[in-house]
Amino acid sequence: MAMLEVKNLGISFGGLRAVNGFHITIEKNQLYGLIGPNGAGKTTVFNLLTGVYKPDAGSILLDGKDITGEKDIEISKAGIARTFQNIRLFSQMSVLDNVKVGMHNHHEYSVLAGIFHTPKYKKEEALMDEKAMELLKVFDLADMAETNASNLPYGKQRRLEIARALATDPKLLLLDEPAAGMNPKETGELMDMIRFVRDHFDMTILLIEHDMKLVSGICEKLTMLNFGEVLAEGATSEVLNNPQVITAYLGE
Amino acid sequence: MKKMMTKKAKQNAITYGIVIIGFLAMQLLSATGHMSSSLSGLLIPFCYYVILAVSLNLVVGVLGELSLGHAGFMCVGAFSSVFFTKCMENVITNSVIRFIIALIIGAVIAAIFGVLIGIPVLRLKGDYLAIVTLAFGEIIKNLVNVLYIGRDGNGFHFSMKDSLSLGMEPDGQVIVNGPQGITGIPKDATFAIGVILVLITLFIVLRLVDSRDGRAIQSIRDNRIAAESIGINVTKYKLMAFSVSAGLAGIGGALYAHNLSTLSATPKNFGYNMSIMILVYVVLGGIGNIRGSVIAPIVLNLVLDYFLRKMQMLGNNVVLQFLSDNRMLVYAIVLIVIMLFSWSPKMIEWRERVFHKKAKEEA
Repeated sequence: MAMLEVKNLGISFGGLRAVNGFHITIEKNQLYGLIGPNGAGKTTVFNLLTGVYKPDAGSILLDGKDITGEKDIEISKAGIARTFQNIRLFSQMSVLDNVKVGMHNHHEYSVLAGIFHTPKYKKEEALMDEKAMELLKVFDLADMAETNASNLPYGKQRRLEIARALATDPKLLLLDEPAAGMNPKETGELMDMIRFVRDHFDMTILLIEHDMKLVSGICEKLTMLNFGEVLAEGATSEVLNNPQVITAYLGE
Repeated sequence: MKKMMTKKAKQNAITYGIVIIGFLAMQLLSATGHMSSSLSGLLIPFCYYVILAVSLNLVVGVLGELSLGHAGFMCVGAFSSVFFTKCMENVITNSVIRFIIALIIGAVIAAIFGVLIGIPVLRLKGDYLAIVTLAFGEIIKNLVNVLYIGRDGNGFHFSMKDSLSLGMEPDGQVIVNGPQGITGIPKDATFAIGVILVLITLFIVLRLVDSRDGRAIQSIRDNRIAAESIGINVTKYKLMAFSVSAGLAGIGGALYAHNLSTLSATPKNFGYNMSIMILVYVVLGGIGNIRGSVIAPIVLNLVLDYFLRKMQMLGNNVVLQFLSDNRMLVYAIVLIVIMLFSWSPKMIEWRERVFHKKAKEEA
């Protein structure tokens, strides 16, 4: 069974049909790319998948479970996590706390347990600390666990955002332009890291990216979006050599 | 890991320590007879100002929303607890037990008001939320001003018109008498109880901030969209912060009311001025800085008190009159100075220079 199966997804803003008849099928453990010119509706698709917008047509199946039209909280619990095009960290909180907030729905104790530091509180907090530090070690952030997130350099903020998304224990990870604002060297490191995340966490990843080097380097399959509709889909090399894709997006 | 936990615990212990040392210092002063009468009159106000500032900091600093209706919740706590005390004056004669129950009642009812007002109001953000909470604070104050409650052999009577329309038997007693409020309140509040309440407030707020729920509340402050994307229930946690803050303000109000013989809702004690004054304490102590909210009300009041007494000694009645009439002016100036201090580029530059120097020395 596919990890993500989207059929005929659509949404309108006023008179504008932002996304129309969008479909995608992502197998487990796949690295999938979503490309297209600016304004094609790529981020809108992410917002539809994560419940920020409610689709007015179509269906979304995550690992066989219908999550169409669910609220963002439910979708997060069902197992979709994302990062943002413009980094959205909890800037006044420590790096460690950023990751621990991500585990919010997996380690529960009552308000009173939190105030009176009951054994359950201690047990859950210790577990969260342990798991969060493991994640931070993977992303090479462990030595900065106590730093405020806003004081991290740009590249590390990107990594922390991915670490936080993984802390929600997702089945599917959505990355919105992870290489934006990175130089070629950083992009190279990012590619290694995305591959590593896929293998290490056995993750399924869908990413939006404009950097064709990254896309052709790591994505196994691509969907190309233009004016809210799917223009081409298939194996990466096929899509990138598709004449329509070249005219609409890549340029001669 | 261990090291960081102890660091946080150490910071919190310092905050509790400041309160306890302050308490012991005051006890020492009064035991040795060095306590001036104006200072001894300020001891219980210190306690409720700190409680109010710490609880407001939970909304302003930790949740990151501006609420200007804090005095309204204080008013609810004050009136509900004093109402209980008046009703039970002859039933429960032990003043400490009676006061503890009154405090719990004040806190719970204020927290319920926090939820009821929070549900519609917390859909708003920023300036809009500030305006609406301000309005609700004024509404509560004005409602209390037209509330008449009496008790006779048949039970309780309510009216929103006047005390005559209560229609009581001749033996009936008016408990809440509209603008005149509640009179003849037993003075149950003591400095020791006040300090214990401050410690309880600190305990609740500091522990809450450092828990799973506190992290969720802070994540909403820092980035609501990201908080939603990782499955935080934004409405639930906004309401939690708001109602806990309201409940603690209710405790502050109850302490305030039991320090008076007559309680009435005037613009001065439960109006806009009070909410702003608490906000000044929070801003002066540092938004989100709980320890600052403990220190700021005390320092600001001590300075003002000292200044007023100096003027009195100098016989400068014009300045004295002006200052005691225009306390709010002083607070406004304090607010403006803090704003300049924290946001003006020149000041930021200066602070960074000093701060970095310190950091280098430490390293």
